Amino acid sequence: MSDDVRDVIIIGSGPAGYTAAVYAARADLRPLVFEGSVTAGGALMNTTEVENFPGFPDGVMGPELMDQMRRQAERFGAELVADDVVAVRLAGEVKEVDTGDERWGGITTHRARSVIVATGSAYRRLGLASEQRLSGKGVSWCATCDGAFFRDQDIAVAGGGDSAVEEATFLTRFARSVTLVHRRDQLRASKIMAARAEADPKIRFAWNSRIVDVLGEEKVSGLRLQDTATGAERTLDVTGLFVAIGHDPRVELFKGQLDLDDAGYVVVRGRSSLTSVDGVFACGDVVDHTYRQAITAAGSGCAAALDAERYLLALADGPSAEG
Amino acid sequence: MGEAAPAVIDATFDTEVLASDKPVVVDFWAPWCAPCRMVAPVLAEIAAQNSDKIRLFTLNTDENPVVAGRYGVVSLPTIAVFVKGELVKTMGAKPRPALVRELSDWLN
Repeated sequence: MSDDVRDVIIIGSGPAGYTAAVYAARADLRPLVFEGSVTAGGALMNTTEVENFPGFPDGVMGPELMDQMRRQAERFGAELVADDVVAVRLAGEVKEVDTGDERWGGITTHRARSVIVATGSAYRRLGLASEQRLSGKGVSWCATCDGAFFRDQDIAVAGGGDSAVEEATFLTRFARSVTLVHRRDQLRASKIMAARAEADPKIRFAWNSRIVDVLGEEKVSGLRLQDTATGAERTLDVTGLFVAIGHDPRVELFKGQLDLDDAGYVVVRGRSSLTSVDGVFACGDVVDHTYRQAITAAGSGCAAALDAERYLLALADGPSAEG
Repeated sequence: MGEAAPAVIDATFDTEVLASDKPVVVDFWAPWCAPCRMVAPVLAEIAAQNSDKIRLFTLNTDENPVVAGRYGVVSLPTIAVFVKGELVKTMGAKPRPALVRELSDWLN
């Protein structure tokens, strides 16, 4: 147990966590940021070029953007730790955040008067047993990591949003053909990305199609598709499947402590970052059903830091000042 | 953070990994893979804490396609466990607590 009670601990990184760290550090709150051991930088670490983050007219690589935000937070005194939070206790005026491992070095408890939750989201899975079994054997969630293994092969991308279209477009560098498998009859992606995909001779479309099975024993050999209108099934011969059907909020640590909505997102009050627990704020993909952009995550991270700062001021002024 | 793990290549794989008397964890990676960069120091640290029980090697799949192909590696990172010359487990990148849990059979 560390005796020191900090002003603010930020759990998670990415655009929301790092922006919260920049603002909290500049407010002299000396934030302690648990970035995650393997997930530091968040979802953008697995992307290629980000074309829509304002201020980068020529685009910026996702990992590069995260590195810059990270350095900006450090410059103002944020303490960044590439470690995973394993448990939290959020009720009460002093919040506790555990890191470490019981067997090596033990659990360390960190304490703070406020906590900002920026744990982001995890890739959604199709939910098929065959998807799980063939994960890493042709089923992938990371085109930038695994695309090169599918040179001159026919592969598929599941999904119809920006991420799916970005992955499909990226994968055409390697693959002979990329089939976008989408449940609807048109893409949900932004117009500029959809137009790019539709004009790409290597990209094909399987509209109104649901993946009901991933075929193959030791590696992917095809997909079983069901027509969402007629129910008819057919097989698509592919050797790889990249799943880009969206994300689910990462909330395991907070179940039973913070109010979550039906879809599992942390509930915040109105346009603020205030959660159901005093002194706990949430921002980024873990609260956002709707926009899920790097820039909106960054904006909400800023809001969370400002909300935390205001809360801490009220706390310092005494209990009557609150509310 | 632990020291960077030694590299194994196509030519040394059989002697370093398959013939090892200790269980060996092989971290298949490539320079373009962002999660590989994140997971490498975590694996190195786990291996350093358990150097009496396991050995850790990294294998650059870009430069060593033979071994990567032999084991059907098409996803990076692939973290593979070899015991007495046999591939017994593979997994992808995970946060430290989950990695430790997945490797616990060989760490105890």
